[in-house]
Amino acid sequence: MNATALQQYLDFAYIAAVVLFILSLKFLSSPTTARWGVLAGEIGAALAVIATLFNPEVAQYKWILIPLIIGAGVGIPLGMVHMTAVPQRTALSHALGALSAAMIGIAEYYVGTAPVTRFQMGEIALEVIIGSLTFTGSLIAAGKLQEILPQRPIVYRGQNIVSLSVLAAALVLAVALVMNPAHSLLFPIMVIVALIFGVLLVTPIGGADMPTVISLLNSYAGFSAALLGFVLNSKVLVVAGALDGSSGFILSVIMCKAMNRSFTNVMFGAFGQVQASAGGKQEAKPVRSATPEEAAAILAAANKVVVVPGYGMAVAQAQHKVRELYDALTKKGVEVRFAIHPVAGRMPGHMNVLLAEADIPYDRLIEMDEINGDFPQTDVALVIGANDVTNPAARTDQSSPIFGMPILDVDKAHTVMVIKRSMNPGFAGIDNPLYYLDNTLMLFGDAKQFVGAIVRELGGGH
Amino acid sequence: MPADFISNLYVFILAGFVGFEVIKRVSPLLHTPLMSLTNALDAIVVVAAIIIAGRHETRLTTILGAIAVAASFSNMVGGFVITDRMLRMFKSGRAKQA
Repeated sequence: MNATALQQYLDFAYIAAVVLFILSLKFLSSPTTARWGVLAGEIGAALAVIATLFNPEVAQYKWILIPLIIGAGVGIPLGMVHMTAVPQRTALSHALGALSAAMIGIAEYYVGTAPVTRFQMGEIALEVIIGSLTFTGSLIAAGKLQEILPQRPIVYRGQNIVSLSVLAAALVLAVALVMNPAHSLLFPIMVIVALIFGVLLVTPIGGADMPTVISLLNSYAGFSAALLGFVLNSKVLVVAGALDGSSGFILSVIMCKAMNRSFTNVMFGAFGQVQASAGGKQEAKPVRSATPEEAAAILAAANKVVVVPGYGMAVAQAQHKVRELYDALTKKGVEVRFAIHPVAGRMPGHMNVLLAEADIPYDRLIEMDEINGDFPQTDVALVIGANDVTNPAARTDQSSPIFGMPILDVDKAHTVMVIKRSMNPGFAGIDNPLYYLDNTLMLFGDAKQFVGAIVRELGGGH
Repeated sequence: MPADFISNLYVFILAGFVGFEVIKRVSPLLHTPLMSLTNALDAIVVVAAIIIAGRHETRLTTILGAIAVAASFSNMVGGFVITDRMLRMFKSGRAKQA
């Protein structure tokens, strides 16, 4: 086979891969076809990888096969992590994707075949800056989610000025390189400055904003791959990067809307910090609390129950006990559904995955817009480890930092029960008037133990 | 401006629109698997890494390429494995009773 014919076969393999990638995402539109999506993606990726191994430019295989084996050896355990670790795994995955994109861009600069033109230099510099900052930014996000690093935003005076100056420095270095691509000393400095900017970018962002940050890093990782496609003139990378980038972008927009905040506010606003200082001056207001026995009696007498899970359920790993509660109540003829706020948890869709893991059928998991109208006809709304997403102040109190954020209208249910460790304010430090309503009962305790105690009262569980 | 850049820009813009239309239709139920699946697809940068490492031009580029191969291939394998594990967990009420 001559070289041109081979090149054509390789191109057809890449085109097939691109088609399969698009189909892969299309299959994800419904849970019934979603697993076909994984298969389509796998076939497309395998086609592209195998075709590439036949590329005539490949002169040696040792330093391809060894890393491939290492990659598989690292990748399989990364695919087998526990479902509660999915947010940090996802952040780590963004970091790995950005790392490889940055490495290839750097290698492309040092490849000696032809001197880099100024135009190519611009592409490489932009690609390497985005890849590098996404790499360190995602590592910081993973560290926060794994709780190796403090989850609260870390802020100091003049932070935004420092961060933006570092970004500006990276861009100035990039411009200097475009003016003269032969300034090879500037290149590693630019990479280091971009790596530092990634750290500065994510450090001030706190736990409740994690869903937005993860989505945003997802889109950066995608766009760095697309830019790499420009550098290498590889259409398959341009398409895959554009798909990943637009996916991350759409998710970021959904997350921002669900918090009624703008991109700039998430990136530079340091959520949580401002409000923490506003807390504390609240005087003790009376709340009504209940025991597991009382809670079980109210739930057993109900017709319609809506469970509102939040990050607290994930932390307490209460999803399996929640499943037992679901079974016990369903057996008694109570209709149980779950209300999912888009930003509940630490990444988009976090609650759905945890509840699906606990074997709760997905048709019981209802989105916010769909279920909000049903709360007035709901007998009991049971809030488990969710706080800000149920705060009625977002509807009524213009001075509240979360005013305008769409919330789950649990306060409209006949009875609201809130499982919570104590009256300490939640992550963002915002007081929640829900807890002082006449129809609210506070259930103090660990989510897992308390739900377990209710299940025992209902005569279910193990 | 190189001709390649223009044709790549066409592809990028069209793929961006396709991505927008397709991903808009993904159920919010599946947003977590969506993110892990797009990560696995994005790991297709492994094909560029294979060529950089395989060309064996200088020691530096081979090392950078080899690291990129390992990082992106682990992302690809891990992404597909976890996406499939997650999607297997999503069962409808009817399927469960059957």
